Amino acid sequence: MLERLTELEDKALAELEQAAGQADLKAWKVKYLGRSAELATITAGLRDLSKEERPAVGRRANEVKNALEKAYEAHFESLRAETLDRSLREERLDVTLPGRSVSHGRVHPANQTLRQIYAIWAEMGFQIYLSREVESDEYNFTLLNMPEYHPARDMWDTFHTTEPGVLLRTHTSPGQIHVMRERAPEPIRVILPGMCYRYEQITARSEIQFNQVEGLAVGRHITFADLKGTLNAFARRMFGQEVRTRFRAAHFPFTEPSAEMDIECFICGGEGCQVCKRTGWLEILGCGMVHPIVLHNGGYDPQVFSGFAFGMGTERITMLKYGIEDIRYFWGNDLRFLEQF
Amino acid sequence: MKVPISWLKDFVDIDLPIEELVHRMTLAGLEVEQVRYVGLPLPEGKFEGHTSGHRQVETNITGLAWDPDKIVVGEVLEVMPHPNADRLVLCRLDDGQKEHIVLTGAPNLFPYKGEGPLDKPLKVAYAREGACIYDGHKPGLELMTLKRTKIRGVESNSMACSEKELGISDDHEGIIILDDDAPVGMPLVDYMGDAVFDIAITPNIARNANILGIAREVAALTGAELKEPSYDIAMDGPPIKGRVMLEIRNPDLNPRFVLGLIEGVKVAPSPYWIQRRLRLAGMRPINNIVDATNYAMLEIGEPLHAFDYDVLVKRAGGRPLTIFTRLAEPGERLTTLDEVDRVLDEFTVLVADKAGALSIAGVMGGAESEVNENTTNMLLEGAAWNFINIRRTIAAQKLSSDAAYRFERGVHPAMAERGVRRGLALVARLAGGIIAEGLVDEYPLPPVDPTIEITPNDVERLLGIRLEAEEMADILRRLAFVVEVDGQTLRATTPDHRLDIGQGVVGLADLVEEIARVYGFDRIPETQIADTIPPQYGNPLLEHEERVRDLLVGLGLQEVVTYRMTSPEREARILPPQAPPDDRPYIRLANPIASDRVVMRHSLLASVLEIVERNSRVRERISIFEIGPVYLVGENGGLPEEPLRLVIALSGPRAIPSWQGSDVEPMDFYDLKGLVDALFAGLQLRAVRHEPVEHPTFHPRKCARILLGEQQLGVLGEVHPKVVERYDLPGAPLVAADLDMAAILAIIPESHTVQSVPAFPPVLEDLAVVVDEDVPAGAVENVLWLAGEPLLVGVRLFDLYRGEQVGRGKKSLAYSLVYQASDRTLTDNEVVKIRAKVIKRLESELGAKLRD
Ligand SMILES: [Zn+2]
Repeated sequence: MLERLTELEDKALAELEQAAGQADLKAWKVKYLGRSAELATITAGLRDLSKEERPAVGRRANEVKNALEKAYEAHFESLRAETLDRSLREERLDVTLPGRSVSHGRVHPANQTLRQIYAIWAEMGFQIYLSREVESDEYNFTLLNMPEYHPARDMWDTFHTTEPGVLLRTHTSPGQIHVMRERAPEPIRVILPGMCYRYEQITARSEIQFNQVEGLAVGRHITFADLKGTLNAFARRMFGQEVRTRFRAAHFPFTEPSAEMDIECFICGGEGCQVCKRTGWLEILGCGMVHPIVLHNGGYDPQVFSGFAFGMGTERITMLKYGIEDIRYFWGNDLRFLEQF
Repeated sequence: MKVPISWLKDFVDIDLPIEELVHRMTLAGLEVEQVRYVGLPLPEGKFEGHTSGHRQVETNITGLAWDPDKIVVGEVLEVMPHPNADRLVLCRLDDGQKEHIVLTGAPNLFPYKGEGPLDKPLKVAYAREGACIYDGHKPGLELMTLKRTKIRGVESNSMACSEKELGISDDHEGIIILDDDAPVGMPLVDYMGDAVFDIAITPNIARNANILGIAREVAALTGAELKEPSYDIAMDGPPIKGRVMLEIRNPDLNPRFVLGLIEGVKVAPSPYWIQRRLRLAGMRPINNIVDATNYAMLEIGEPLHAFDYDVLVKRAGGRPLTIFTRLAEPGERLTTLDEVDRVLDEFTVLVADKAGALSIAGVMGGAESEVNENTTNMLLEGAAWNFINIRRTIAAQKLSSDAAYRFERGVHPAMAERGVRRGLALVARLAGGIIAEGLVDEYPLPPVDPTIEITPNDVERLLGIRLEAEEMADILRRLAFVVEVDGQTLRATTPDHRLDIGQGVVGLADLVEEIARVYGFDRIPETQIADTIPPQYGNPLLEHEERVRDLLVGLGLQEVVTYRMTSPEREARILPPQAPPDDRPYIRLANPIASDRVVMRHSLLASVLEIVERNSRVRERISIFEIGPVYLVGENGGLPEEPLRLVIALSGPRAIPSWQGSDVEPMDFYDLKGLVDALFAGLQLRAVRHEPVEHPTFHPRKCARILLGEQQLGVLGEVHPKVVERYDLPGAPLVAADLDMAAILAIIPESHTVQSVPAFPPVLEDLAVVVDEDVPAGAVENVLWLAGEPLLVGVRLFDLYRGEQVGRGKKSLAYSLVYQASDRTLTDNEVVKIRAKVIKRLESELGAKLRD
C-alpha cells in the first residue's frame, strides 16, 4: 500500500509537470485530489486496514496529499504568472478602433444660451420671472406707454389674434408690468425670459419667434450710471473681460433715456468685418431708465422710484458666438445642427 | 431720412470731419445708417472713433469721390453734328484750360445742334481723360476710367457726365446742365461735392425728419450756432383776406390751417441745384412750384399742399371761395392724385370747398385741384392734423405719402405758418409771381408747450451724475428750449417745433433724456446698484423644469425647440383618419404669415413628430424631447392657458450598427418606459404607475397612462400605425410620450429622505412563477411587494417566457428578489418563511404556480 502511495505521488507529480493550462490543471486536481480520486479512496479505506498498517499508511497518505496540494498550488501560481505574463506580452487592442457609441443628449443651443444668461444674472441678484406669450394689447403696448395708434407701435410688427385685444407678445416687456403689479412697492431685480413673436418673413436673418431676455431693476436710487455698470458687468461675463461696450442714444417708448448697448465686435476685434457690417460694433441689447408712465402703471410712484430695463434677443447672441449664419437653424431642429453643441 | 451735408450747412457750420460728425450723431440717437459720398473724398477705410480713441468705422460707407484735377465745371460753347452718326453730337467745350471736342449722345444737347456758337454757353460736369466715374451704360454701379477711344472715326478722351456717371442719381437720360453761375474750370467737387447721410428717424425724434431738425441737433452736439431760415417774406400782392374764407369744423382733428396765395407764377423746371438736392434727398424733381413745396417740406418739416387757385375759383362759381376742413360724409368719394377713386371713412378729414372734397387732409390731394404746368395762381396750404387720425386714415386707405409720413408722427401747429411762408418764398424765388399780402390763418387749438421745472438733483437721481444748473441750461438752450435759471431750479419751456415733451414727471424724464443724450452717454460713469437688495423669490417651477431638462439630456435625449404656430391640418396628423377631430377652439392669428402657421398649437406632440419626420431623412436613430407650452382657450375666450407639456419621441434602432455587433432592434415601448421611469425616479416621483389606456394617437393595445395617485401625468405608447402613415417616416415603430409638464412640475418634491446603506448582507433569491397570460406583470410585482414587506427590498424581472414548457395561455415570470433587514443578518429560516408567504399569496390572488 505504501508503494502504491509513492507510485501515485510520482505519477501525479509527473502528470502535473505536463499540465499546460487551466483546464489540464483542473482535470488533474479532480483526478488526484478530488472526492473520488484514488488518494481519497485510500484515505476512506483506512478503517479497513489492519491496526498495524493503518498509522503508517494514514501518515503516508496525508504526506502525499499535502505534497500534491502544495505542488498543485505552486503549479497553479506559476501557470497564473505565466498566463499574465503572456497576456501582457501578447494581447493588445487596436486603440484606434471606435469606442462603443452612447446616446448623447444635449440641451438645445437656444436654451444653452438662456441658461448661461440666467446664471450670470442670478449671480448679480436678478431672479427669473416668467409671463404669458399670448398677451393683451393693453400689457404689450398700452401700459408700456404706447396707446392705441401710437406711432411707436410701428416699431413692432405684431401678430394679432382673431380675439380683439389679444396678440402674441412682441417682446417680454409685458412681464415688466406683471411683475411690478405683483411686487409693488418692493424693490425689484428680475430677468424676464421667453419666446416672443414678430410678424416677419422667415429668412436667414429674421424669425417669427425668438427668445428675448428682458431685465428690470426698480428701487429708490437706481440710476443710468447703475444701468451702465450692471450691463457692462454682464457684457464682460458674457463676452469676455476685455470686451468694450458703448451706449448709443436710442428710442423705446417704455424707457427714457433709452440706449442701445453695442459691444466691440469680437470677431474682428473692432477692425470691421462682415458680421459687424464693417462697423466694428455689434448691437447687443436695448436698455434705458424705466419710463415714468410705465413705473406708474406698474404701481410705483415715479417721483420716488426709478429703475432700469433692458432687453436682448438671445438667438442673435448665440449666432454671434458660434458664427451661425442662418437663424432658421434654431427652430428647424435639424439634428446635424443640434448635435454640434 | 436722407440729408445732404451741403443742405445741412445752410443752417449750421460744420468744421468736424464727416466721420466724426457721424459718430457723434449716432451716439446721440441720430443713427446714421449710411453715408453716401457724392463727390467728396471718402475716408481712408477707417478713422479715429470718438469714445474709444480706437480705429472704428461707424456706418456703411459708399459713394464716389470726384478727382479735383480730372472732374471740373466745363462750358459747352457749340454743339455740332457728328460727321458719321445721327445719334451723336460733338461739343466744343472749354474746361477752363483749353477747348476740347467732346462726343456725346445726350439728348438734352440735341436742341442746340447746328445752332453755331451758343449765346448762352451750357455749364456741364466735365470729366477729363483718366477720370474715374461710373459706367452710365451698365446697370448698377460699375466704375470705369476714361480712356482715349475713337467712336465712329472721331477721337474722344473725355466726356460731359450724367448724374449716374457721377453717382448723384440713377438718371442717365442726359448730361447734367449746371446752373449758369457755375465757375468754369472749378473742380466739380468744390462746386457741388456732397455727402448724404441716411438717418434712421425713430418716433420720438419725428421733429427731426427734416434738414433744419438735423441741423439743430448738430448745432446742439457741436456747440455751433443754428442759423434758422427767415420767415419774413415780401408780400407785395393784393391781400388774400376776403378772397378766401376758411372754416375748421373739427379743431381737435385740425388745430390749425394756414393759406397763402401767390399769383403770376411761371411753371418751369427748377434750377439744377434744387433738382440735385431733391434727388439726393430721395425725391423726384417735377417742376419749380411742386419742387418748391417739396423742398420746403424737406427743409423744415411742414408738408405743404398747393392748389390751383383758379380751379377753386371756378368751382366756387362766382361765389366767394370758402375752404372747409371737415369729416367725410357717409359714402363720400374722392379721386386722389394717384388716380384711385376712394370711398372715404367716416373719420377721414377732408379739405373741401362748397363743391366737394379737394384732398384727404394731410395725406394726398385730389386730382382736380392739383397744380399743373398751366397753373399761374397758386394757393398754398400748411396745416396741423391730429396724428392719430392721420394714422387711422392711412391704415384704412392703405395709402401713404411724404406728407402723411410726417403728419402721422406729429407736426407742431406752429410749423404750419412757417411752412407756408417758406414755401411761398421758394415758389417766388423759383417760379416768380407775387405773394398776396397776409395769410388766412385759423388756429382754434394751439397746443400748450410744456414748461418743466428741473434741478440738478433730478438729473442726479436718474442719471447718477452731478451737473451744474448752468450746464443743464446750456444743453437745453442748444436744443432751443427757453430756460430760466433760478438758483438750482431750471424752468425750461419747450420750443414750438416739438410735441414730444410731456408734462410733469414725464416732461422731467424727457428733459433728463435730452440732457443725457447731448451730454454724452459715454461720459456717464459706471456704478453698481446701491439700492437695497429686493426680497429673493427664486423660481422653483423653472428650477424644476431645468432639472427635468438635465435628467433627459443625461438619459441621452436631444432637446428640440419647435415653432409654436401651426395649423389645425398639421395638428390633425396626430390622429388616425377616422378619429373624432380636435374641436377645441384655437388661438387663431388674424394676420398669419403663412397658411400653415395660422394658430397657436394645441399639441406639443404634433410639433415634435414633425421634427422626427424631418430628421428621419438624415438620421436613422432619433431620440428627442421638447418642453414647451400649448395654448388652450377657455370657454369664455380671452387669454388662453399656456400649460407646459413634455414630449419624448424615439424612433430607429436601439443603437447604431457598429463593429462590435450592437443591439440594432428598433426602440419600442419599453425603451420609452425605461426613460420615463428613470425620469420620474430622478425627480423622486417613484410612486408613479402605468395603466393601459386607449388614446387615439397611439396603438390601442400599446399605450399606457402614467398616474401618481389618481392624478394623470400623461400618456406614452407606440404611435398608432395609421398616424405613422400620415408622416413621411421610414416605417420603424415610433414611440412617444406626451406628458403634462405643468402637473409634474407642481408635484416634484423639494427634497426627499435618503435610506441608510444596509450594514448587513442581503439574501438573494430567484423566483419563477407561471401565471395566465392576461395577468399583468404589474399585478405579480404588486403581490410580491405586498407579501414580501418589509424584508423584501428588491424585485427585478429577469425573464419572461412563453412556450411549451408552461403551456398555452400561460407565461412564466422569473424574478430576482433581494431580502434585507436593516438590523441583522437574515436567517435561512426567515427567508424560507417569507418565500412561502409570497408564493402562497401569488397562488391565492393570481392563480400563480411556482415553476421549478
Ligand atoms: Zn466685426
